[in-house]
Amino acid sequence: MLSTPPDLAPVSRQDRTGIVIRDLRLCFGNRVIFTGLNLTVAPGQFVVLLGTSGVGKSSLLKIVAGLAKPQSGRVTTTQGTALAGHIAYMGQTDLLYPWASVLANVTIGARLRGEVADAARAQHLLERVGLAERAGALPGELSGGMRQRAAIARTLYERRPIVLMDEPFSALDTFTRARIQDLAAELLAGRTVLMITHDPLEACRLGHQLVVMSGTPATLAPAITLGGAIPRPPDDPEVLRTQGRLMALLTPQAPA
Amino acid sequence: MSIRGRLLHGVRPLITAVGLILLWWAITRVSQVPPYMLPDPGSVALALWHQRVLLFWSTWTTFTEVALGLIIGTLLGAFCGLATVFSPLAQRWLMPLLVLSQAVPVFALAPLLVLWFGFGITSKIVMAVLVIFFPVTAAFADGLRRADRGMVDLALTMNASNFAVLRHVRLPAALPAFGSGLRVAAAIAPIGAIIGEWVGSSAGLGYVMLNANARIETDVMFAALFVLALMTILLWVAVDRLLKRVLYWVPDTSAPG
Repeated sequence: MLSTPPDLAPVSRQDRTGIVIRDLRLCFGNRVIFTGLNLTVAPGQFVVLLGTSGVGKSSLLKIVAGLAKPQSGRVTTTQGTALAGHIAYMGQTDLLYPWASVLANVTIGARLRGEVADAARAQHLLERVGLAERAGALPGELSGGMRQRAAIARTLYERRPIVLMDEPFSALDTFTRARIQDLAAELLAGRTVLMITHDPLEACRLGHQLVVMSGTPATLAPAITLGGAIPRPPDDPEVLRTQGRLMALLTPQAPA
Repeated sequence: MSIRGRLLHGVRPLITAVGLILLWWAITRVSQVPPYMLPDPGSVALALWHQRVLLFWSTWTTFTEVALGLIIGTLLGAFCGLATVFSPLAQRWLMPLLVLSQAVPVFALAPLLVLWFGFGITSKIVMAVLVIFFPVTAAFADGLRRADRGMVDLALTMNASNFAVLRHVRLPAALPAFGSGLRVAAAIAPIGAIIGEWVGSSAGLGYVMLNANARIETDVMFAALFVLALMTILLWVAVDRLLKRVLYWVPDTSAPG
C-alpha cells in the first residue's frame, strides 16, 4: 500500500469511545449467570475476555451488543450514552450471507439500513484484507481464512468505534488463525475492541488487557495488563509467561 | 464430464423409456391379456395420433388448471407461511385450520367443490390449490424459523429494521426450504386437477380418461395417461430448473467432486 486512503484511517479521536458495564445481573430461570458485574474498556483499548465454555462470556457480549437484555444493570459508552449505533459485531462464525457476493456482504449494513452502498470503499477494504480479486465470489467458494478476511472487511465498513468479537477465529487452523490475528490487530488499531476467546495464545498476542471470567455466578478477575505493541510475536517472553499464567487460572482443578 | 459421459447422461432417460416400452410390448405379445385390458404400445401410439386434437386441447385445459392452481397455491402458501411465523395470533388461529384442510382427503371434498364451483376449471383449480398450498406453507414456515440466529443478530447490530431483516436475511435464508415445498407442489398439483375432472367436468385429460374408460377405449386412456405423465414431468423439470437458477448459491452436495 502506498498510502492509507482516508476512509481506512482509524476512527477519529473525537469519535472514539469505550464501554462501561455497571452492576450487570443476568439469570436464566433460577440460575444466576453473573451479578454485580463491572467492567470498563477504555477508548482505543483491545480487551480480551477469557473463560471456560458456559461461564457466560457470550451472554455478556450479547448484552453489550444489545441483542439480549440483562435482569438489571446498564451498559453505556464512556460518555454515558447508549451503545446502539456505536458497535460492530463479529460472531463465532463469519456470518457471511451465502446468497450474496463478497462485495455485497461487505456492504450489507448499508443495504440493511436502506442506504446506498459505497462499493468503492468496500473494494478498498477488500484490497486491504487481500481479497480484491474475490469481490465477486460467493462465500461458499472461499476458504475459512478468506471468509474471516471478508468478515473483517465487513466489520470495518461499518465505521463503528467499538468492535465486539465472539471467538471470531476459533474455527480456523492455528496457522491461518495467526495470520488473521495479525491482520485484525493491524486493521482494528484505534478502535475499542472487546473480544472473547478461550485461546490463551490469541489473548496474549492481541490484548492490551486480559480479563478472566470464572465461577458460578461468574466474576471477573482483575485485568492482566500486557506491554508492547500488538500483535505480539508468539514467542515473546511476556506472551509465553502470561499464557502459562492463564492456563493455571483457567484449567479446572477437579477432574473434567 | 467427458463428452461420452455427457452423451450418456442425456441419453439415459431415453434408454430407460425404450426399455420400458419393449418390456410392455413383450408382455402384450407373450401373455394372453386382451387389448381392452392392456393395449400394446403400437395401438396406444396410434390412438395418440388419431386423437391428437382432442388430447392437445384436453392437455391445454388440464395444464391451465394445474398452472393456475400452482401459482395461486404457492402465493397462498407463501402468505400463510409468513403469517404463521410473524404473527403468533395467526399461528394460533390458522394452524388448526391448515391441518384440518389436510385432514379431510381432497377426494372426499371433490364432489362438494364441483357442486360449489361448477363443472368448469374453477373447481379444479381450487382442488389443486388445496393439494399444494400445505406443503408450501409448511416448508416455507420451517425455513423462515430456521434462519441462522447469528445472521439475524448481525443484521440487528447493524441497525436493521425488522422489515429489512425479513427482506435481506430471513427470506433469502428460507428460499431453499420454500423451493423444496415448491418441488413437491409441482409434482402433486396434477392430482388435484385430475380428481376434479373425474368427479365432474366437460374437458381435460381426466375427462378424456373417464370417457375412454366407459367406452372401453383403453388405448385412448393409455394415450391420455402418457400425455399426463409427460406434462407432469415437464412441469417438474421446469420448476426444478427455475429453482436451481434462483438458488444459485445453494451447494448441490449430491454432485460428485
